[in-house]
Amino acid sequence: MLPGVGYFLVFHYGALFGNVIAFKDYVPFIGVWDSPWVGVENFTSLMGNTQFWHAAWNTVSIAGLQLLFYFPAPLALALLLHSLAGDTIRRFVQSVVYLPHFISWVIVVALFQQVLGDVGVLNGVLADNGLTTIDIIGNPDAYRPLVIAQIIWKECGWGTIIFLAALTNVNEQLYEAAAIDGANAWRRFWHVTLPAIRPVVILLLILRLGDILTVGFEQFFLQRNAVGPGAGEVLDTFVFYTGIGSGNFGTATAAGLMKGAIGLILVYSANKIAHRLGEQGVYKSR
Amino acid sequence: MSSQRPIWMGKPRLVTRIAKGIALFIVVMLVIFPFWTIVATSIATPEEVVANGGWVVIPETISFAAYTDILRGGVITNALTVSAGITLVGTATSLLATIFLAYALARPNVVGGRPILLLVLFTFLFPPAMIPSFLVVKETGLFDSYAALILPVLINVFNLVVMRGFFQGVPGELIEAARLDGAGDFRILTRIILPLSKAVVAVIGLFYAVSYWNSFFNAIIYLDDTSKWPIQAVLRQYVSQGAALADTSEATMVNSPQSVKMAVVVLATVPIILVYPFIQRFFTKGVLTGAIKS
Repeated sequence: MLPGVGYFLVFHYGALFGNVIAFKDYVPFIGVWDSPWVGVENFTSLMGNTQFWHAAWNTVSIAGLQLLFYFPAPLALALLLHSLAGDTIRRFVQSVVYLPHFISWVIVVALFQQVLGDVGVLNGVLADNGLTTIDIIGNPDAYRPLVIAQIIWKECGWGTIIFLAALTNVNEQLYEAAAIDGANAWRRFWHVTLPAIRPVVILLLILRLGDILTVGFEQFFLQRNAVGPGAGEVLDTFVFYTGIGSGNFGTATAAGLMKGAIGLILVYSANKIAHRLGEQGVYKSR
Repeated sequence: MSSQRPIWMGKPRLVTRIAKGIALFIVVMLVIFPFWTIVATSIATPEEVVANGGWVVIPETISFAAYTDILRGGVITNALTVSAGITLVGTATSLLATIFLAYALARPNVVGGRPILLLVLFTFLFPPAMIPSFLVVKETGLFDSYAALILPVLINVFNLVVMRGFFQGVPGELIEAARLDGAGDFRILTRIILPLSKAVVAVIGLFYAVSYWNSFFNAIIYLDDTSKWPIQAVLRQYVSQGAALADTSEATMVNSPQSVKMAVVVLATVPIILVYPFIQRFFTKGVLTGAIKS
C-alpha cells in the first residue's frame, strides 16, 4: 500500500503543488520554491495572448464536433450489433472493432497517412482512374474532419462495450409486454430500448462534458506540424509548446491550470444538472 | 441454431438484413484494410512499391528484405529492445502496485482507508497537468532515466478503481474463514483473492502493457538522449515526421523508404496483435464487472 500512496503523493499531489508556478516567475535554476511570486501576471499575459485564444477556439470547436459525431457513433454501432441475432458474427465483428483501441496514436496516424496521404491508397486509386488527387493530410481545411474520423476509427468499437452491456441488461419482459400490446419493432426500440439505456448515455455524456477541453493530446501533437499551428493547435499542445518547447513555464502552467479548473467546474455542474433531471449522474451529492 | 431469437422479435425483412450486412462489412473493412496494406507494403519488393506509387495491396513477389534490414541491429532493433524492457518491467511493477493498493482500499476498516480513497479519486477529476509533472520528474532526478517512463504513470486510477471493485466482490466469509485459520493479509491476497480475480488481473495487465508499449510522449519529453527512445518515439520520427534514418546501418532506408517504414509500423504493432486473442475473451467480463460496481 505504501508505494501506491507514495506514488499518488509524489506524482499527483506533487504535480498539483507544482501548479503554484502559475503564480510565479519560474526560474529553473533556483527551483520552484525560491522563484519570485508574481500574482496573476501569468494569467493576464495569457489573456492577451492571441495564440492562446486561437488554441482555445480550436479546442472548443473540435470538442463540439466530437460531441456531435464521435459521441453517438459507438451507440449507433452498439445498437446495430445488438440487433443481430447470430452470436458468431457479432463476436467476430466485436473482436475486429475493438482492435484499433489498442493501437498507438503514432501507428494510427501512420495508417491514415498510408491510406489518405498524397502517395496513399486513396490518391493512388484516384490517379489511376484519371481523377484529381485530394490532399487530406496536411491540409488545414481538412484537419477537423480528419481528426474526427481518426478518433471514431480508433475508439468507436471500444466504446460499444458499455452500451452493449447496458443493452443486454434491459429487462426482457418489457419487450414481451410491449410486443403483446402490439408495439412493432420500431416502437419497442423507441419506448423500451432507448429509455433503458438512457442513464448510461447521460453518464457518459457528463464525463465527456467534464473532459471537453481535453480533446486528446497525442493525436494533435503528432499532426500539428503537418497542418501548422493555425488549425492544429489545441490547448494541450499550446501548453506543451509554450512550456516545454519555449521554456515559458509560468504561462503554460497558467493555461493548464485554467483548463483543469474549468473541467472540474464543468463536471460538477453537469452532474448537478443530471440530478435535477432525476438521473443518477457520476457521483451522488449529499 | 446459434440464433436464439426471442419470440417477440420476428425475422427481420430481407432488405433490413442486407442493409445490416453491408453496414457491418464496411465497418470491418474500414478496420482491416489499412492494416492489410501496411503488411502488404512491408513484404513487397521495393521496386514494386515504387512502381505502384508507394503502396501495395497484393504483393507479386514476397520479400522480407525490409525486416532483415531493420533487425540487423541499429536504431530500430535498439528501440524495440527498449520498448520490450519498459513494457515488461513497467507492467510488472504497475500491476503489483495496483494490486496492493486496490487490496488495501478494498478491505473494510483499514486505518485511513477512506481519506486515501478520496485522495486517489480526486486525482481522477483533477489529473496532474503537463508542466508541473515535468517539473516533478526533473526535481526527483528521474530525467533522462528509463524510470521516468514508468514511475510517473505507475498507477492508473481507472484500473485501480476497477480492481478494487473486483476485490470487493470476493465473498467476505471466505476471507474471514482464512483469517480464523491464521492467514495474514499477504496470504489472503495471494491464495484467495488473486486466484479468484484472474480475469481482471489479465485485463488490467494488458491495459498496462499496451499503454507502456504505445507510449512515446513521456520518452520525448523526459529522455534527452534519443538513443534511449522506445519504438513508438522512433517511429514517430521516421514515419510520421518523415525524417530519414541517420543511422547508416539502415542504408537501404534510402532505397526503399516505404516498405522499410511499413515494416517498422508492423513491428511496432505486432506484439499487441499477438497478445490480443489470448486476453480478448476477458474484456467484457473484466471491464464491466469493475466498471459497473464503481
